[in-house]
Amino acid sequence: MSAVSGALPGAISPGRPDPHRLGHGSGHSHGATGHGEGGPASKFVTVAYGFWIFLLSDIIMFSAFFAAYAVLAKEIAGGPSGVDLFELPRVAIQTGLLLTSSFTCGLGSLASHRRDMVWTQIWLLVTGILGAAFLVLEVQEFAGMIEEGAGPSRSAFLSAFFALVGCHGLHVGMGLLWLGTMIAQLWVKGFRADILRRLQCFNLFWHALDIIWIAIFTLVYLLGASA
Amino acid sequence: MSDRDHRPEEFADLDDSAPGEERINEQEVAGGLLGYVTGFGLAILLTIASFVAAQSGLIYQPAIISALVVLAIAQMGVHLVFFIHLTTGPDNTNNVLALAFGVFIVVLVVLGSVWIMTHLNHNMMPMNGIQMQ
Amino acid sequence: MLGKLDWSAIPFDEPIPLIAALVVFLAAIGVLAWITVKGFWPYLWREWITSVDHKRIGVMYVLLAVLMLLRGFIDAIMMRTQQIAAIHGPGYLPPDHYDQIFSAHGTIMIFFGAMPFMIGLMNLVVPLQLGVRDVAFPTLNSVSFWLTASGALLVNISLVIGEFARTGWLPYAPLSELDYSPGVGVDYYLWAIQISGVGTLMTGVNLVATILKMRALGMGYLRMPMFCWTSLAANLLIVAAFPILTATLAMLTLDRYLGFHFFTNEAGGNPMMFVNLIWAWGHPEVYILVLPAFGIFSEVFSTFSSKPLFGYRSMVAATLFICIVSFMVWLHHFFTMGAGADVNAAFGIATSIIAVGTGVKIYNWLFTMYGGRIRFDTPMLWAIGFITTFTVGGMTGVLLAVPPADFMLHNSMFLVAHFHNVIIAGVLFGAFAGFTYWFPKAFGFRLHEGWGKAAFWFTLLGFILVFLPLYIVGLQGMTRRLQHIEIDPWVPWLIVAACGILVMIVGAACQITQLVVSIRHRDELRDETGDPWDGRSLEWSTSSPPPSFNFARLPHVGGEEAYWTMKQRRIEMQDSGEEPAYEPIEMPKNSPTGFVAAFFATLVGFALIWHIWWLAIIGLIGAYATFVVFAWRDVAEYEVSAEELERIERAGQPAWSKHGEELA
Repeated sequence: MSAVSGALPGAISPGRPDPHRLGHGSGHSHGATGHGEGGPASKFVTVAYGFWIFLLSDIIMFSAFFAAYAVLAKEIAGGPSGVDLFELPRVAIQTGLLLTSSFTCGLGSLASHRRDMVWTQIWLLVTGILGAAFLVLEVQEFAGMIEEGAGPSRSAFLSAFFALVGCHGLHVGMGLLWLGTMIAQLWVKGFRADILRRLQCFNLFWHALDIIWIAIFTLVYLLGASA
Repeated sequence: MSDRDHRPEEFADLDDSAPGEERINEQEVAGGLLGYVTGFGLAILLTIASFVAAQSGLIYQPAIISALVVLAIAQMGVHLVFFIHLTTGPDNTNNVLALAFGVFIVVLVVLGSVWIMTHLNHNMMPMNGIQMQ
Repeated sequence: MLGKLDWSAIPFDEPIPLIAALVVFLAAIGVLAWITVKGFWPYLWREWITSVDHKRIGVMYVLLAVLMLLRGFIDAIMMRTQQIAAIHGPGYLPPDHYDQIFSAHGTIMIFFGAMPFMIGLMNLVVPLQLGVRDVAFPTLNSVSFWLTASGALLVNISLVIGEFARTGWLPYAPLSELDYSPGVGVDYYLWAIQISGVGTLMTGVNLVATILKMRALGMGYLRMPMFCWTSLAANLLIVAAFPILTATLAMLTLDRYLGFHFFTNEAGGNPMMFVNLIWAWGHPEVYILVLPAFGIFSEVFSTFSSKPLFGYRSMVAATLFICIVSFMVWLHHFFTMGAGADVNAAFGIATSIIAVGTGVKIYNWLFTMYGGRIRFDTPMLWAIGFITTFTVGGMTGVLLAVPPADFMLHNSMFLVAHFHNVIIAGVLFGAFAGFTYWFPKAFGFRLHEGWGKAAFWFTLLGFILVFLPLYIVGLQGMTRRLQHIEIDPWVPWLIVAACGILVMIVGAACQITQLVVSIRHRDELRDETGDPWDGRSLEWSTSSPPPSFNFARLPHVGGEEAYWTMKQRRIEMQDSGEEPAYEPIEMPKNSPTGFVAAFFATLVGFALIWHIWWLAIIGLIGAYATFVVFAWRDVAEYEVSAEELERIERAGQPAWSKHGEELA
């Protein structure tokens, strides 16, 4: 690796406020690692990029569930429809919880940049608690629906609904497991390079879950309750 | 604080950004906090706008769906810019291209499925007709 | 306690699977006993099972693929012989068993034969061609492989314990729903494909990150060898298509296990949605298989014509064009389902257009050969056999892309002949070309030419004899998956096809003989130079087999065809190269994570198939614990010192010392 780092263009100011480097020749840098001829990218970039690719594949998986929901949403088979079932106040609270947890997750990332262990842990913990609260509300909603006889086997619409929203909930649950493990690990091992990389990946994961939730609350809940 | 200090690596790669990587520099207030606060505020506004658009009856009923889709896309954009720090800079080209590819596939799968299945349903023989025979 | 599992799961009344299973079981016991007696376990555990070296993992992938290809080939032989044994009669396979055989044949050939073969070759070659030391995520790579192996194991367990799906290689709903397939066959299919599918997805992520983020200094995008480009496209397709498969099979699983109504006939479910979603994955899958093969052929044509690849940039463009358009044609698999003229027309046109990309490639390969000094070594024979026969398959594909024609030909043997024509002539020939071409790089000795050529000619002849008659009976109206034959005009053609498969058996026997003969004569076939074919890309610049770290110093790339340029410069400048100064490097440590995780995955899969819930929970906890142990480790890498590098490099055949004799 050291042979490579020697060849990196070093004459850029560390803060580098202008990534386009306007006025410095063509905007496209040929030295850019990972883009062209600059040699292998750093491990940090490679790991985050790999995780980014994984997230895209995950979003494509959601798109298949969205497609199924879009096709089956009208197939209520004489059972209850979204207007009968969806409680928008609950959805608004859920949205608020998840959005705030995305924000606190970002604050945790900022604290980790400062290598501030206490605040990193606090923000991660807050993120986890908000995520858990979101999950509790979702489980309550599901349990209530199943109790009313509006479970996933009632109609194709409800199958698609439970699968789509449940898949998102499952992701949140897996995220919480990951977060818990990582909090413990960070506490024991400190800001090690590999843990910082995982923290970065977790941030991406958590923000991506929020992006998927935007699509869910818009297309499933808001449209379903107003149609 | 320089950019290099934030990297857990022995050397920072200035021409290539990881997805979600923050480039905090001295010029920005409060070490990047401003970005998150702005994003959070915008996201809250857009969420409220969505709920209002769907519920209040302010918007012409058939247009609600377009309004909601526009608001949702706007909010996703806010997340990408302020939380995931996606930029149009050359150091982000790979990340943006990957995202574009993913969005393209998502659109193909969802719209393609809906288009195909709508036509299939339209051409389907009525089931009760078969049962009557 | 054991869910649905009891003694009735073992098919004591069916002699064929029982005897087959017994033979496989005894062979496996024999191999394990031999390993134990010879004391190979520590070596195997250290150097292979826990290895995170991309070359070792690539070799294991190919080994798995070869075993599974043989398994699928036996299914194929049974189908061809059943169809001539069951003329106006029952034959020797009851319908129930015959249905399992054609389902297993398709599943095994695509998921556990063709895919691991291609992924294995990509694993072996891509990092070497890029001039780097390993893939982006070495341990993940090991996890991917072992998960694939876990899926293959589950499919093969179904031979003895329970049954396999009787639904065809894609379990179309509602036949695959619980009402119509109450047995465990479809569950075996679902969990085997889900587990190996996760492995495949991880490979896709891994190789995309490797190709886009880890290339030697100077290796710009337009300097990458063509195989790297096609691998990039194939892995992008994996990343984009496999999640759709995962989601679709998850929906079917929910239908079967929890009473959901995605694809059922009742409660508003829509079976056509399954067909739609599964092909949104299925069509890109075709290109996931064939694009790496195109890359292999590009390397082979260029190397054995001693010329640079003609139209490199147009080839890159055609690859990316195929990568994108392959996502816009999936409806042509169900033209007849009734989407109507406008939808069918749009997808028919898109399907015809995608052939343009492949056409560009065919002409580029022809022009690469034009004016070159062609050497007819075995890989080149496979490549020429490919270009002649694959074109026929492509043409029949364009024919099927016309919706009115497809209404006549769908579900017929013509279709069966078409896709075997593209998959055997495209993917399998590509796999064999790549196998022969890179074998010396992986093992340090070449394969025996004579047996290789014999294998090629028998396989090609057998392939033509099997599938040309199937085109004809297809045009005569024979549908696919027939267990017995009542129409006399088909019979002569089916007999020709059965003779063809005999010739293919000879071809397969030649392949095995070639391997045995080559291993026994490895000293005569030794590749001392590291560059047995006068190659053009970086994998030939290191020794055969390469050291674990591939390159003692990462190469600097000065143009297209990195290694060829290096060789030319040395000859021109009368420069034999200088021994570089070595610096210590870090390599990833071996890890049993992949093996252990796959062990638990197999447990979970088996438990869910048989509804043994406690075992599934234990398996999941075990898998989680495995990853925590992995995440907790403190030392992920070991250092190779400069002295060690120097010693290994001098013992090998380093790039800097090559062509001394040419200069002398």
